Amino acid sequence: MTVAAAISSAGLSKRFGKQLVVDAVDLHVPAGSVYGFLGPNGSGKTTTIRILLGLVFPTAGTHALLDKDFAASAADVLPRVGALVEGPAFHPYLSGRANLARLDAADSRASARTARARIGEALERVGLSAAAGKRYRNYSLGMRQRLGIAAALLQPRELLVLDEPTNGLDPQGTREVRHLITQLGRDGVTVFVSSHLLSEVEQVCSHVGVMSVGRMVWQGALAELAAQQRVRVRVVTGRPSDAATVLRGMGLAEVATDDDAATGVLGQAVPERVVTALVAAGVGVRGFSVERPNLEDVFVELTGAGFDVSG
Amino acid sequence: MSRADVEPDAHRSETLPAPALPAQAAPRLGGRARFLRSELLMVFRRRRNLALLVVLGAVPILIAVAVKASGHSARGDSIFGGITDNGLFAALAAFLVVMPLFLPLGVAVIAGDAVSGEANTGTLRYLLTVPVSRTRLLAVKFGGILVWCAASVAVVAACGVIVGAILFPSGELTLLSGRTVSYAAGGYRLLLVAGYVALSLAMVGALGLFVSTMTEVPVAAMAATLTLTIVSEVLDAVPQLSALHPWLPTHYWLQWVDLLRDPMATAAVGHGLLVSSAYVLIFLSLAWARFSGKDVTS
Repeated sequence: MTVAAAISSAGLSKRFGKQLVVDAVDLHVPAGSVYGFLGPNGSGKTTTIRILLGLVFPTAGTHALLDKDFAASAADVLPRVGALVEGPAFHPYLSGRANLARLDAADSRASARTARARIGEALERVGLSAAAGKRYRNYSLGMRQRLGIAAALLQPRELLVLDEPTNGLDPQGTREVRHLITQLGRDGVTVFVSSHLLSEVEQVCSHVGVMSVGRMVWQGALAELAAQQRVRVRVVTGRPSDAATVLRGMGLAEVATDDDAATGVLGQAVPERVVTALVAAGVGVRGFSVERPNLEDVFVELTGAGFDVSG
Repeated sequence: MSRADVEPDAHRSETLPAPALPAQAAPRLGGRARFLRSELLMVFRRRRNLALLVVLGAVPILIAVAVKASGHSARGDSIFGGITDNGLFAALAAFLVVMPLFLPLGVAVIAGDAVSGEANTGTLRYLLTVPVSRTRLLAVKFGGILVWCAASVAVVAACGVIVGAILFPSGELTLLSGRTVSYAAGGYRLLLVAGYVALSLAMVGALGLFVSTMTEVPVAAMAATLTLTIVSEVLDAVPQLSALHPWLPTHYWLQWVDLLRDPMATAAVGHGLLVSSAYVLIFLSLAWARFSGKDVTS
């Protein structure tokens, strides 16, 4: 029973009053991928996630989780999905453990017999065992976030939907969550993780989708995106104009010069060959660098305005 | 019932084998029962709710002590008048006192909090993604409310019976119609009264559950539920609206005095139960209609 798409949607839209918050989103999250769902605050990520989990009903469009049409089989597919939506939420006067026990009791398919062990294991996994007996109201933001992730891990899942999982975590906690995501991904769990921080996602994701003002502006494999990047080379030399001539001869585009360097967009050319050609042409190379724009720049390009809050 | 009864982990064990635990003494409850039990623990462990029960239990004690201290029954009312003759009347007098406000207040608090409280803390979204179907969530919440109705009535009755037995005679008692019956027969009548009161309160519970689906502010839901109940009581007190009275949900609330006659007059009590059930059905349907299609954005 291999699943082709962990999440797929067609024309998913949601209108709140006059505002179209989610506008014809076609998601495709391949099974086994770690999918980064990116976009500025207010770009419709959380509403999309709420629709995916059946909390909000779409105005138009359909979606499927783990290849099952959601409208028809939500009750069958949701037990295989763990979720963290818009931050953790628990009863403040119950302990972390008691809160997990309540969620587990609500799951009609969960076995009471294994509840203790599963809860203990989930707490262990997020490093919360020591604080399990403390009341939730006394938890720090980071501990709350961990408990939220523990709740998503109460059962073995095939898909995890994590909305801003590192919100409020310190750098150490962020690293741990990133590690956890990588580990889960390696175990074959599809992870759908939303974030407004690119740097956070860039390191763990195999796929990304970028939202901007309710629309999906780009989605696909990260490698594919990298291929689209315009890699520039920069030759530091005493003779920039000669270097530029060589670069043009190699088929590089947008060749430009300044006081002590020549730059160009690499395109199909191979960096090693460029250096060889420069040397062969007698251009003294003092420095040579390949400049790959980071994802941030690419996304700013995609979302236009960059990562500001969009109205 | 269906899924809960079959081995629930069967399809999961392929991904991660459930750790084979030594036969733990954990009760093997069906999924549905576990959630209801968890709900009841939530309701009955909460300090605010326990305080409500304490207040309710204090009413018959207060009445009985006051009557004992003054040496005679303060009112000419036959139920209050009976306290000095038989302790069971302490419980009955307490019902007379708590029925218009205290009992509905408690139910309004529990029912108003039912869905809006979960929405307020944000736990509603996590319950729904567990997943708990919306219908099942309402059913479990209403189950908890019904248990609360029964428990609060039981507290009043039990405290009344106990304090009555301590302070007053507990032999034969004279019914309102003048006939004398044994203490046990009187206790049976009290049980019927308590059952009737609990079922009357179920209507407040269903109303509260409905209101609770419409807001994320628990206090607003509680206040609205209690206000609507009191509006019904006020309308019931205006003689010019007598045509409306038989349809008011609170009109038959004190009709249980009929159960203290001999023979029991059951016509009005039956009508009261019918009206109460009708309102329960109406409000549960409204709650379901409202909640099943609602966007949960809390």
